[in-house]
Amino acid sequence: MARLRIKDHIRESRTFNERAAIALALMIIMILIILARLVYLQIISHEHFSTLAEDNRVSIVPIPPTRGLIYDRNGIILAQNLPAFSLEIVPERVSDMDQTIAAIGEIIEISDDHLKRFNKQLKQKSAFRSIPLRTHLNDVEVARFAANRHRFPGVEIEARLVRDYPYSHLTAHVIGYVGRINVKELKRIDTANYSATHHIGKLGIEKFYEDSLHGTVGFKNIETNVVGRTIRTLERTPPIPGSDLHLTLDIQLQQIADKALGKHRGAAIAIDPRNGEVLAMVSKPSYDPNPFVVGISSKSYRALQSNIDKPLFNRALRGQYPPGSTIKPFVGLAGLENNIITTDKRTFCQGWFSLKGDDHKYRDWKKRGHGTTNLEKAIIESCDVYFYDMSLHLGIDAMSDYLSHFGLGKKTGIDLPGELAGILPSSHWKRQKKGLPWYTGETLISGIGQGYNLTTPLQLASATATLASRGLHSRPHLVKTLGSSLNSELAPVTFDQDDRHNIATGEHWEYMIEAMVKTVHSIHGTARSISKSVSFKIAGKTGTAQVFGIKQDEQYVKEDIAERLRDHALFIAFAPADKPEIAIAVIVENGGSGGSVAAPMARKIIDQYMASKPSL
Amino acid sequence: MMKTHNKEYTQWGERRQSRMFTRGLHLDIPLLLGIIILSAVGLAILYSASGQNDAIITRQLTRLALAFTVMFIVAQIPPHHIQFWAPWAFSGGLILLAAVLLVGEEGKGAQRWLDLGLFRFQPSEVMKLAVPVMVAWYLADNPIPPTFKNIFIACLLIIVPVFLIAKQPDLGTSILIASSGVFVLLLSGIRGKHVAVFMALIATCAPLLWFNLHAYQKTRVMTFLNPENDPLGAGYHIIQSKIAIGSGGTYGKGWLNGTQSHLEFLPERTTDFIFSVFSEEFGFIGIVCLLALYLFIVVRGLYIATQAQSTFSRLLGGSLILTFFVYTFVNIGMVSGLLPVVGLPLPLISYGGTSMVTMMAGFGVLMSIHTHRRLLSN
Repeated sequence: MARLRIKDHIRESRTFNERAAIALALMIIMILIILARLVYLQIISHEHFSTLAEDNRVSIVPIPPTRGLIYDRNGIILAQNLPAFSLEIVPERVSDMDQTIAAIGEIIEISDDHLKRFNKQLKQKSAFRSIPLRTHLNDVEVARFAANRHRFPGVEIEARLVRDYPYSHLTAHVIGYVGRINVKELKRIDTANYSATHHIGKLGIEKFYEDSLHGTVGFKNIETNVVGRTIRTLERTPPIPGSDLHLTLDIQLQQIADKALGKHRGAAIAIDPRNGEVLAMVSKPSYDPNPFVVGISSKSYRALQSNIDKPLFNRALRGQYPPGSTIKPFVGLAGLENNIITTDKRTFCQGWFSLKGDDHKYRDWKKRGHGTTNLEKAIIESCDVYFYDMSLHLGIDAMSDYLSHFGLGKKTGIDLPGELAGILPSSHWKRQKKGLPWYTGETLISGIGQGYNLTTPLQLASATATLASRGLHSRPHLVKTLGSSLNSELAPVTFDQDDRHNIATGEHWEYMIEAMVKTVHSIHGTARSISKSVSFKIAGKTGTAQVFGIKQDEQYVKEDIAERLRDHALFIAFAPADKPEIAIAVIVENGGSGGSVAAPMARKIIDQYMASKPSL
Repeated sequence: MMKTHNKEYTQWGERRQSRMFTRGLHLDIPLLLGIIILSAVGLAILYSASGQNDAIITRQLTRLALAFTVMFIVAQIPPHHIQFWAPWAFSGGLILLAAVLLVGEEGKGAQRWLDLGLFRFQPSEVMKLAVPVMVAWYLADNPIPPTFKNIFIACLLIIVPVFLIAKQPDLGTSILIASSGVFVLLLSGIRGKHVAVFMALIATCAPLLWFNLHAYQKTRVMTFLNPENDPLGAGYHIIQSKIAIGSGGTYGKGWLNGTQSHLEFLPERTTDFIFSVFSEEFGFIGIVCLLALYLFIVVRGLYIATQAQSTFSRLLGGSLILTFFVYTFVNIGMVSGLLPVVGLPLPLISYGGTSMVTMMAGFGVLMSIHTHRRLLSN
């Protein structure tokens, strides 16, 4: 038995040793498996996991750039960034929230709405993130809180910049406004650069120069822990502020133009004919752009939209009006240059004109007629019959070709979004748009700026500037220089100019301008009302655009027609006539007569300009 | 030349002397050294993982002191005493397990604790030792290699406590205890065909086991198979752990510089996932050293088992050291995404008390086996 045990013992020991050796081999294999796994994780995939660990650790927080400011040509600020204050609470730093809020309520008004919003966020957000309790604190509230600040640990006043337009209505149609970025804009913009920006230019200069005004976003890399608490800032790339814009606009002239239009609906534009700089651009009525920045209430917005006077409508850019008689100087030049007429050519005006074989009477505005009329008289007294006759011989396509030299029927290319092109009709145009042939009668009314003709006030002003400068066609523009807040250098913005002085002979230019001077300064001139006590010569042309068709043999009686069906009053002018510095177009909706309503407005603008000549 | 020889002789003599001394204390110096180094590394990494929390280090030190004391006491008990008490310890453990299921304390959704007034106590920890002791006792009492009948009875001895622990539920511990019993069987020289039969049996039982798993256990297994399915829920642990390990790279981010752990992305970083913290801070090189240390302890333990003088000691010693390895392997496997998350600590490094004491008691048994050899062969 004992022997057997011993033998067993040796055998058992050997068996055990074999098994132990197998176990050791297996364990070494398992260790190698672990090592293989770790080689995979730590060496082969190291970069991948490093990136993930960095992503865990580091959050990139964008810092918004400060939006560029907008100044008028004399350095007066038109769009600025003002701090808006909000009261924010960091929950983890407040020991007794209810008591704190109650105590704040004693010095600053907190509505139930604010409280509800606050409590909702209190439940959702981490305790170390600040939650706004009240927004849009006024200066008094800020001061009152500041004085009591020591009583409220964990409660802070946060300032954030909000766009502000100090001239409100006066610049709304030029500068536009910024508003919250919407879904459509989100698709268009560089989302990285806008990652900290909430607002974007929606209209006007703010929209057109968005890229320059916005600037470049900055970043800071912050180390955060698993719940997002900031541990430290690792790196900071400061944002580059947007460029400041210096406009060609003269806010004083803008004010005068605005006042001149008064309660009328309409537009007035003043352009420097030497370079296309827009000195004033008014569209009335206007609106206050500031509520749009913080988010206008739907009620206020509806009120603006449904207003019959359409204050949101930019008449200067998008209003398309028949140019009426203001087109005559251009059509006159077309006749001269196409050798249809000479300066000596006379036509007898009996108060109406008719085509052969047609008893339709094309009326003159003066029922009794102007008698024997040459081109100069036809401009001064705005004789329609002379132009009916001339247009008939000129033909619509020659007229259309010539007028296009003045930019009619085309967008001016001003640095504002949303401009409309108007209509410069031709037989080709009519065939394309309407699928109909051109009728001769339509040529006649086109020659006096009626019919299909439509121009925007801006186009009219630009055409006037081209005429004033004897053919220098400058693209109208609003921005003079781009500056930056980083250095004091100003980069001028250049716009193309096209010298078209050869579209008319020097003789013809002077002849036409002289006729326009006489329109203002002679006893029969339709704009003679504005010639009083003026030390320089103004060249002008009145216009009246029909809103309401007058039937044959019917007399237009202003008083009988409802105000909104009255004619639009137009006036184009430039001064001084020999060396023009300002070219103006004024349109007064339903103003009635160009000479008595629109021309005095232009005079006020010219007077202001001449009284305080802006530096170039 | 002579001088060196003399010197070597003196050194040899000194070493013999110190060996005799530690033998008197029933301590095995290589094993003890390995354990101490591992514990020290554990303390260092725990200091980092806990965010330099002195209180946690103090508590862990207290536990280590207790664990070393237990190891020392157990080492004084001769193996044949352990053998004698085996059935009693096993039966007592079973009763305690049954008690846990009936009147146990609940913690983290599982009933594992027994409140003994003074302290709370996990009977499954007793079974970690009692099961291999019992199976070794049973097999050593019978001719080796065991017959089919003996194997069957040994299996019953394993399955009953494992079932009770799995019921608590504590999947990790029950698997470990099952493997500690199975190791005894395998080391006993069980024949290849028997192994095959039992493997087949386990394979057929596996689907049954799956349907008896708790929902959260199933989730864990599913999560293991595809952690990216649920990156913020069940998969979060394993994803963050892989990020920690992978971002450590070859050389690691340096002690106290692990971002995954210090910024709290890594969950359970002082306990089950402490290996991830180690990997992040010490990199692949550090892991190779750590694994070498574990391997050293395992080899030493296995060597002690082969040198044991009785079947019981051999089987018990072998099983204990293999279980220690399985602990390590399962923990590292789970945090590196090789195995499902079953909730096992990394031996001697993870923060936590009970399992450490049991582990050290196991080392005490190994030391006892080695130092209580009769010096006949000498």
